[in-house]
Amino acid sequence: MDQKLKDIVIGHSDDIVKMWLEEVNKKKSSDYTATISDELFESTNREFVNVIFTSIEKSGLTNDLNDFSERLINLGWPLSYLTDGMQVFRRVITEYILKQSEQIDSDYFAEVLRKVDGWVDPVINQLVNEYSGSWEHIVSLQRVALQELSAPLIPVMDNITIMPLIGTIDTERAKLIMENLLDGVIKHNAEVVLIDITGVPVVDTMVAHHIIQAAEAVRLIGSRCILVGIRPEIAQTIVNLGIDLGKFPTKSSLRKGFKSALELTNRTIEDVQSKEQDIENLIDSLNRE
Amino acid sequence: MDFQSCVNIKKEWDIVGARQLGRDIARKIGFGTVDQARIATAISELARNIYLYAGTGKICFEAIEDMNHKGLRIVAMDDGPGIKELSQVMEDGFSTSGGLGAGLPGVKRLMDDFDIQSEDGKGTEIKAVKWLR
Repeated sequence: MDQKLKDIVIGHSDDIVKMWLEEVNKKKSSDYTATISDELFESTNREFVNVIFTSIEKSGLTNDLNDFSERLINLGWPLSYLTDGMQVFRRVITEYILKQSEQIDSDYFAEVLRKVDGWVDPVINQLVNEYSGSWEHIVSLQRVALQELSAPLIPVMDNITIMPLIGTIDTERAKLIMENLLDGVIKHNAEVVLIDITGVPVVDTMVAHHIIQAAEAVRLIGSRCILVGIRPEIAQTIVNLGIDLGKFPTKSSLRKGFKSALELTNRTIEDVQSKEQDIENLIDSLNRE
Repeated sequence: MDFQSCVNIKKEWDIVGARQLGRDIARKIGFGTVDQARIATAISELARNIYLYAGTGKICFEAIEDMNHKGLRIVAMDDGPGIKELSQVMEDGFSTSGGLGAGLPGVKRLMDDFDIQSEDGKGTEIKAVKWLR
């Protein structure tokens, strides 16, 4: 029985492939694969059906299947192409076997269904696993990348460090900000820390609360904190919310914050231009003589 | 524009989703950047309350229109434990979780109309409207 069914399928693989291709091509016009060129679609279909047949022939999963799915993942083909294809294959093959058989009773029918499932399901599982595995991998990589970006600390000058914050602040990130801020202040021996919130889209009570706590903690270890990059609309929402940010200085831009940080550490920005100008004038006057 | 769209709040990141959808709708209605920021902040507060105190719930947005002006209605619903101290939570500085306690009174000030209904053990429903000026 086992071998007989397999023989039917392998022996008539050409017919089955033809039926399958027809069915799959019918799907193409309407959906996701519309942007893929005809030749590529054709050749991928051929390869797909060959892969399925090899796995039936060898009654098990093959390396071909892995290679095939890996390549489709890299090309960015939708998973639904593969699952649809397998569903069509299941339908076609069941129909074909039943047509080939002389006597059909319920036992035989059940046996055929079970056999076909035994061929098709492992392939589907394998494909879905490959795809979801690749997605999970991407998500975890992005999470790591995001974490690396989440709370950077830049020592711009002796005693002055800047922490630019960009994007949404959630609980996990708020924790990271606090840790990095305190570590960095000690490590770089910073007297003044500028927290730049230009890139934070929304400042609600939770974000404000975390910033206040971070500033307070910085104060406790003997440094000062300046909150910079408060956009006008953010200033209005902070006032509306009734959040008191009066405990530490705030500035509208990083530039202003940096200037007052310099003042706090007894330094100023001086133009070197004037000296150069003097020398140029001197040379000019020498030339004229 | 008479549509209603909802965001389910289950994870902390759903707050961001709700905020973005709300901001998009506000922009389509024609709110300026300041009002967009107010609306986004209000949504953030409401969504965070759901996430922190009720666990799950949803936030719905509705573009509304009366005789002479347009507006945006935000409805926050949950089946959480409800709020026992309803008058206290509307006071500034009251918090059961160690926060700033500015959330709900803040939302009331950020929006134009504000209505809260809550029953102990039966959940909370907050409706807030911002009118386009």
